[in-house]
Amino acid sequence: MAERVLMKGNEAIAEAAIRAGCRHYFGYPITPQTEIAAYMAKKMPKIGGVFLQAESEVASINMVYGAAAAGMRVMTSSSSPGISLKAEGLSYIAGSDVPALVVNVQRGGPGLGGIQPSQSDYFQATKGGGHGDYRMIVLAPASVQEMASLTIKGFNLADKYLMTAMILADGTIGQMMEPISFEDAQIETYEKPWALTGTNGERKHNIVNSLYLKPDELEVKNFERYERYKTVEEKEAMWEEYMMEDAEYCVVAFGIASRVAKNAVVAARAEGIKVGLIRPITLWPFPTKPLAAAAEKVKSFISVELNMGQMIEDIRLATGCKKPVSLCNRCGGMIPSPDEVLAAIRKAQKGE
Amino acid sequence: MAVVFKKPKALTDAPFHYCPGCPHGIIHRLVAEVIDELGIKGKAIGVAPVGCAVMAYDYFACDMIEAAHGRAPAVATGIKRCRPENVVFTYQGDGDLASIGMAETVHSAARNENITVIFVNNAIYGMTGGQMAPTSLPGQVTQTSPYGRDVNHCGWPIKVSEMLSTLEGPEFIARVAVNNVKNVNAAKKAIKKAFQNQIDGKGFSLVEVVSACPTNWGMTPQKALEWVESDMLPYYPIGVYKDRTAAKEGK
Repeated sequence: MAERVLMKGNEAIAEAAIRAGCRHYFGYPITPQTEIAAYMAKKMPKIGGVFLQAESEVASINMVYGAAAAGMRVMTSSSSPGISLKAEGLSYIAGSDVPALVVNVQRGGPGLGGIQPSQSDYFQATKGGGHGDYRMIVLAPASVQEMASLTIKGFNLADKYLMTAMILADGTIGQMMEPISFEDAQIETYEKPWALTGTNGERKHNIVNSLYLKPDELEVKNFERYERYKTVEEKEAMWEEYMMEDAEYCVVAFGIASRVAKNAVVAARAEGIKVGLIRPITLWPFPTKPLAAAAEKVKSFISVELNMGQMIEDIRLATGCKKPVSLCNRCGGMIPSPDEVLAAIRKAQKGE
Repeated sequence: MAVVFKKPKALTDAPFHYCPGCPHGIIHRLVAEVIDELGIKGKAIGVAPVGCAVMAYDYFACDMIEAAHGRAPAVATGIKRCRPENVVFTYQGDGDLASIGMAETVHSAARNENITVIFVNNAIYGMTGGQMAPTSLPGQVTQTSPYGRDVNHCGWPIKVSEMLSTLEGPEFIARVAVNNVKNVNAAKKAIKKAFQNQIDGKGFSLVEVVSACPTNWGMTPQKALEWVESDMLPYYPIGVYKDRTAAKEGK
């Protein structure tokens, strides 16, 4: 049997990153992700790595940009308001086609918001955040185990597609403890001939850059990048289906909301309501395939989110608006109870 | 025939885009000559700013990266912490380093980050067409201070070298100028020291180069160099503002 250790979600991310070969962490303190920085501060100096507390989120993401350009597996972590500050760097990282891992342990917003769990950065993570045409791979863990495994996956994907992978977690999973295993971790490594290493007099100079003053060149760059994104969309969507075989209603939820939703699905099944759950694990690329398939057979969808319904737009796009989508949500740091979700399922069954 | 002057190897063949009379060409050459003389072209990694020198990545023949506005010291920090064996330098203007990137400047200096910073102060935003800079002089007319910089309205120009030299962190802070041959020679010496310090592991070394912007100052190149002498240097005096090693050795 695999060796299992009890870890906090945030610490699982940090440990997984180290196991994935990350030796450089740059960050700035913010609740509720502080354990990641604390873990890195303790571990990195002991294993020949670098933990550096930057003067701001802006500086830390630009340190990440430099380290990524130097060819290293590098990460930063923050929470919602801090991610807004990192948006500039995320855009430059995208425009320069270098890989990085960024963790957002979300808290309620907008503004300073609160420090309780939230999923209200869905738009920011999946639709942009920074300026310009770009995408990030967005991974939404729903357990401490996934905090670890998706972190490793995120590093692999970032290197493979030369882009940012974001772990879009929330304060609950960040803070809770569960037993996890690292046994199945698959660490992939990729050549980085574009990296800044010094020419050593052996090659032409490498340039890491996002500036293209000639519009035709910039257009070609963007076209090339979106070709890569297309491959990501085709190959890397991840999701979990639960009790969908005979489902007449489909709950869609990710992250911590999916845990609550799963309990509600079980309770609804006990009442004889044929309901299932689709849990997107990647929010970008959004798992269009299972949702489009579900739209052919279910009567309606219920989106369970810790925000004002930001994922609904993607559900409608994936399903071609074939079936109605209702919203069961809490926000600002509040989490719905399974009973609240169950009530929403009952309402959906009544066609309300 | 004896070759008396040639282009340094650390510069590529790409023609500079700089305006006629702009001292960026001189400063690029000084940095490149120093890289050649120290034999570090293969180890050097340069960080270009946003500003007139934004395309410096095309001009220096070493590995280069283009940073967001003001973030060059943070990017350089990321690179240097990954590759301490490389020689990492930034090349930044006054808007980049002393306005939008002031936090990155101060904190990389405070950390004594082992990097070399070339800071070109020409008291104006050149790339965007001549707006007031954090180093524009009191009374200086720019596009965004058309009646002259009014210090009661928008504050005083920042003396970066003096300010940074109050920090414990940095190893070496010097201000030089490139308005005449004597000053150019002294500037090269300071730049060489700033690179040598990094090679020796001594830490953060910044050379502020008082420069000129004939185009946006609305002067001939000759007149601009005279203005450096008559107006800039009295406010921004040339000198070594901090040299920890020299101070330790009682020099």
